[in-house]
Amino acid sequence: MDILVVLESSNGSLHRMSREAIVGAQSLADENGLSVSALVIGIDTEPLVSTVSGMNLDEVLVTNHDLLSPYNADGFAECVKQVVEKENPSLVFVGHTYQTRDYFPKVSARLDKPFIPDVISMVKEGDTFVYTKTVYNGKLGSNVVSKDSGCTLISFQAAAFSEENIVSGTASTRSFDIELEPSQVRSSAEAPIQEEAGGIDLSSAELIVSVGRGIEKEDNLQIAKDLATALNGELASSRPVVDAGWLPSSHQVGSSGQSVSPNLYIALGISGAIQHVVGMKGSKNIIAINKDADAPIFEIADYGIVGNVLDIVPKLTEAING
Amino acid sequence: MKIGVLIKQVPGAESALPINDNETGIQEDQASFLMNESDSYALEEAQKIIELQGNGEVVAISLGPDRVQKIIREALAKGADRGIHLQTESKGLTDPLSLAKQFAKVLESEQFDLIFSGLQSDDSGMGQTGIILGELLNMSTASLVVGTELNDNTLKVKRELEAGWSQWVTLTLPASISIQSGLNQPRYPSLKGIMGAKKKELTIFPESDFMVDGEKQSIQKMFIPKTDKKTEMIEGEPDAVVARLVDVLKNEVKVL
Repeated sequence: MDILVVLESSNGSLHRMSREAIVGAQSLADENGLSVSALVIGIDTEPLVSTVSGMNLDEVLVTNHDLLSPYNADGFAECVKQVVEKENPSLVFVGHTYQTRDYFPKVSARLDKPFIPDVISMVKEGDTFVYTKTVYNGKLGSNVVSKDSGCTLISFQAAAFSEENIVSGTASTRSFDIELEPSQVRSSAEAPIQEEAGGIDLSSAELIVSVGRGIEKEDNLQIAKDLATALNGELASSRPVVDAGWLPSSHQVGSSGQSVSPNLYIALGISGAIQHVVGMKGSKNIIAINKDADAPIFEIADYGIVGNVLDIVPKLTEAING
Repeated sequence: MKIGVLIKQVPGAESALPINDNETGIQEDQASFLMNESDSYALEEAQKIIELQGNGEVVAISLGPDRVQKIIREALAKGADRGIHLQTESKGLTDPLSLAKQFAKVLESEQFDLIFSGLQSDDSGMGQTGIILGELLNMSTASLVVGTELNDNTLKVKRELEAGWSQWVTLTLPASISIQSGLNQPRYPSLKGIMGAKKKELTIFPESDFMVDGEKQSIQKMFIPKTDKKTEMIEGEPDAVVARLVDVLKNEVKVL
């Protein structure tokens, strides 16, 4: 086994980032003549298995064990560990999801193998795979290599690969038995709860005015609200504004908030950390105002202004309102 | 109840980040360092738990060159009871598996009931060290924690899930959890705290105490990201900038 893609269920169907990881594995396998297998974990795995058995994969491994549902970090980590030890893949791919952030470090510890997280692209240089990720909140890039001769664990940032490029085909399935005792699972989970039901849905907004740390204090939010009103848009924010309690979390755009793709996204005082950018880079037009000329938001903006939001935005609103 | 909190000193959001000559990191003498943001939330959460219990100990732990003692002292000034410094010559490794092994060597004898860490560092952002350390010390673990509730022999944590969902998970003790920013209001050190911090115990472990075999992953090259996107930088006085923006909104993006 060359590449193993560990899949994740999202409300019973295949997680979008698992699809993207499959695309990454398929293209790497195609270029280098490698095999790709997928692993489905849990009980009641049938919906996922039927989805992936229609894809161009060498094999789908299926584990059914009572202790693997609902999700728990100990059980999932142990499951991946046992599969890797038995099947010896050289690469294990997953999406950089909330679930893998919880349990893949444990897989790394149990196998004593490196876990390179949040990768945005990879290339093969000679016999070495080089993984690119962003560091310093998106301000710098970093090429990382494994120093271990065995298996390497990789998680991919959202949109590292395009899920539309998935290659369909047929894959055989094989069940894989996991040895797991109740005493090995040291946590128990309650049912998931949704915070602030009935919050605003930003995903269909056509125009978004979004504020970040650069707004400086809660009182200054009015400046952004006034611009949003003048443009008939929705108000959104990056995480620090929600963390400070200035806006409810339903306004948050980014990896822990909503993903948006409006016609126009105006980023006010937002630096552009990767966790925010993944939620808004699909916007058709991006205008960014930030006083830090090196802010990574300018890398993805169509129009950039280096300056103080508090000076420029009230004047802009006034000009629009005429 | 004894809680160890892993804190890391990282360049602040406003810091310059010039890349060093061998292109594997930044020029540290040009950077301005702060306590990693989510680590300050982890510290606050540990202090709140101990205060609620009425007894126990918060131990602030950091690995790095001597500069990291600044954030250990800051934690002591905020009310942590003592500090542990794993002293390295240079900035230390970037491989979380090796780092966690180093922490495990020094911290195993502490027998912590709980270890708290920030979700991820604002420099390398690996998001693993606290969880791997928990695994190495045979503790239960949870990541993305946005709430805690300590009971007799368990820790109940609220974990953030995707798309606005969350979930309460009960962990057996001992447990190592990594904490998402925003779950509390980190306190500022008081003047009394700052004065008292100088008298608190800070134990220094030299690197020879926690050597581990070779790194499992390493940075080959660090660089300034380039994109193909053409960005029009609008420059000038605020009035000129606003005039151009109105023109963009009317004639290019066409929302006016």
